[in-house]
Amino acid sequence: MTDSTVILEVPAGPAGPVTSVRGARGHFGRWLARRLALGVVILLAVTLLVFLATQALPSNPSQAILGRNATPSAVAALNHKLGLDEPILTQYVHWLGRLLRGHLGVSLATGQPVGALLWHRTVNSLTLLFFAALIALPLSFFLGTITAVRRGPFDRIFLMIGVVLSALPDFVIAITLVILFATVVFTIFPGVALVPPGTSPLDHPKELVLPVMTLVLLNVPYLYRLVRASMIDVLGSEYVAMARLKGMPPRIVIVRHALRNALLPAIQGSGIVLGWLLGSVVVVENVFQYPGLGSALTDGVHNRDLPVIQAVVLVFAIGIVLFNLTADALTIYLTPKLRTGSDL
Amino acid sequence: MTATAAPPEVSTPQEADLRSWWAVGLKDSWQYGRTRVGLAITVLIVLLAVFGPLLAPHSPTQLVGPPFAGPSSSSPLGTDYVGEDVLSRVLNGGRFVLWMAVAAGLIGTIGGTTLGITAGYGRKWVDEAIMRSLDVLLAIPVIVFALLFISMLGSSPLLIVVLVGISWMPTVARTVRAATLEIGRREFIEAAEVVGTPRRQILAYDILPNLMTIILVELGLRIAWSISLVSAISFLGFGISPPHSDWGLMINENSIGLAIQPWAVVAPVVCIALFSIGVSLLADGLAQAVSGIDRKAG
Repeated sequence: MTDSTVILEVPAGPAGPVTSVRGARGHFGRWLARRLALGVVILLAVTLLVFLATQALPSNPSQAILGRNATPSAVAALNHKLGLDEPILTQYVHWLGRLLRGHLGVSLATGQPVGALLWHRTVNSLTLLFFAALIALPLSFFLGTITAVRRGPFDRIFLMIGVVLSALPDFVIAITLVILFATVVFTIFPGVALVPPGTSPLDHPKELVLPVMTLVLLNVPYLYRLVRASMIDVLGSEYVAMARLKGMPPRIVIVRHALRNALLPAIQGSGIVLGWLLGSVVVVENVFQYPGLGSALTDGVHNRDLPVIQAVVLVFAIGIVLFNLTADALTIYLTPKLRTGSDL
Repeated sequence: MTATAAPPEVSTPQEADLRSWWAVGLKDSWQYGRTRVGLAITVLIVLLAVFGPLLAPHSPTQLVGPPFAGPSSSSPLGTDYVGEDVLSRVLNGGRFVLWMAVAAGLIGTIGGTTLGITAGYGRKWVDEAIMRSLDVLLAIPVIVFALLFISMLGSSPLLIVVLVGISWMPTVARTVRAATLEIGRREFIEAAEVVGTPRRQILAYDILPNLMTIILVELGLRIAWSISLVSAISFLGFGISPPHSDWGLMINENSIGLAIQPWAVVAPVVCIALFSIGVSLLADGLAQAVSGIDRKAG
């Protein structure tokens, strides 16, 4: 009932009736442009935050880098080298300018350009995330559908496992997997995922198993409950009852009618989950000594390697903004009502 | 009724009504098995963390044997990477994570609630200003945010607590703002507005009591996640420093000896896992009860 009113209202929105596919695309295009602009604004704000945190805090970064016993002249020299003797605003503008031109600086610990270092690390971390998503998404959709269709003890057991798993800290899950599969109980998989520099993580499939498994265990409990909840909602809806009453086979009703709509919240959830996983990547890469962005960040913090820390934080922020944007765009693109709607 | 906190007449019956709601929320949550299990586990771990040091057979920093020695009669869980007693260190290792997680949860919930209520019941531009600036924080993973500042300011328990607390504020604020908007539309708020009750008073006496259960659920969740985060920071080596004993730190210190002396890692892992499971179950039971009330209230 409420649905039909919404459908009636939508074409009469302020933007006028949307009659052609082209008009709908225009809507989507405008929405996308606005979201992209918002993303850029957020990223700019993140650069300001990172800059303030690393270069403008009362603690002197040169002192932090050189240690407490550094002579004042050495501190002054480094201050000059880092441009810290200029006014704050000038420093920020210069720093941002270099950043936008792709000059991420030179690692203070290794002397290598940060850009080259981070490129490999980003590829490695994305490899982990890619495999984690490749397993976790279908698994969550499957589990969510099954438990929604067959309620009962089966469902309740999975809910309980989900509640417990999602309560566990990421490094606890990682260490537990190491205990179970790499050291104490079984020794099937390596407990460290050392990928020598210059080689691709894809050449070391066995090393990837435990880190990927950790990430999968971290997001399936949340995602599958999302699918389950929306599936239960959809299965109770009138159009599913209608399809059933027409005598359609249950399997077709579920796959063709229910699943498509039940997946939408899950797609949006995946964007959020991928963002969370970026945080978990920091911890998981440390447990397995995997050479990705997360371990670059912790190494950077250990060595007070300013340019590396700044760049890694920005890459993480770009990742989160892109994941959310993609998930929202997909959701809108897959919902006809929203795609043509004026309330975007 | 005393003059100090006398609410305007319009809201008095509502308030009485709401007080009982609050109690109903707590009582309702008790019917769920998970609340009771959660409470039992939480109480157990809190007792362990608080009174553990009194029960420890050795000092947490006393060398009692060779590094990574297996369990013996004097040290039932063996020794750690330098030869300290694992059991004593576990019994001493819960204090930091306990107070830090509770403090970070409180900071995040109180700060987030203040921001969320202000955004939800304030003027449009205040709402926009608050929520858009919080969006910036949401673009950085919580642990990355903490590490960014720890790298420059050096690590201290207080700094970690503040950073973790701040990083919970955006999500708490979003939840509280949504709930505030929802309550702000109800008739009794409109009635109070029409009568001319100051907005500040409406916030304190009409909106806030209505949000208490939601805030309580948020607090539980944030404490549970703070346990994860605080111990993760310790585990990464940026939290409590070595002479002290701390569960997260113990896992870090002893993971090299995992194959020879698993107890030095397993014991703190179990403690952290139980602690966060216990608090999560509690929060979950409460959340269930709250959504139950909403359903009943229609």
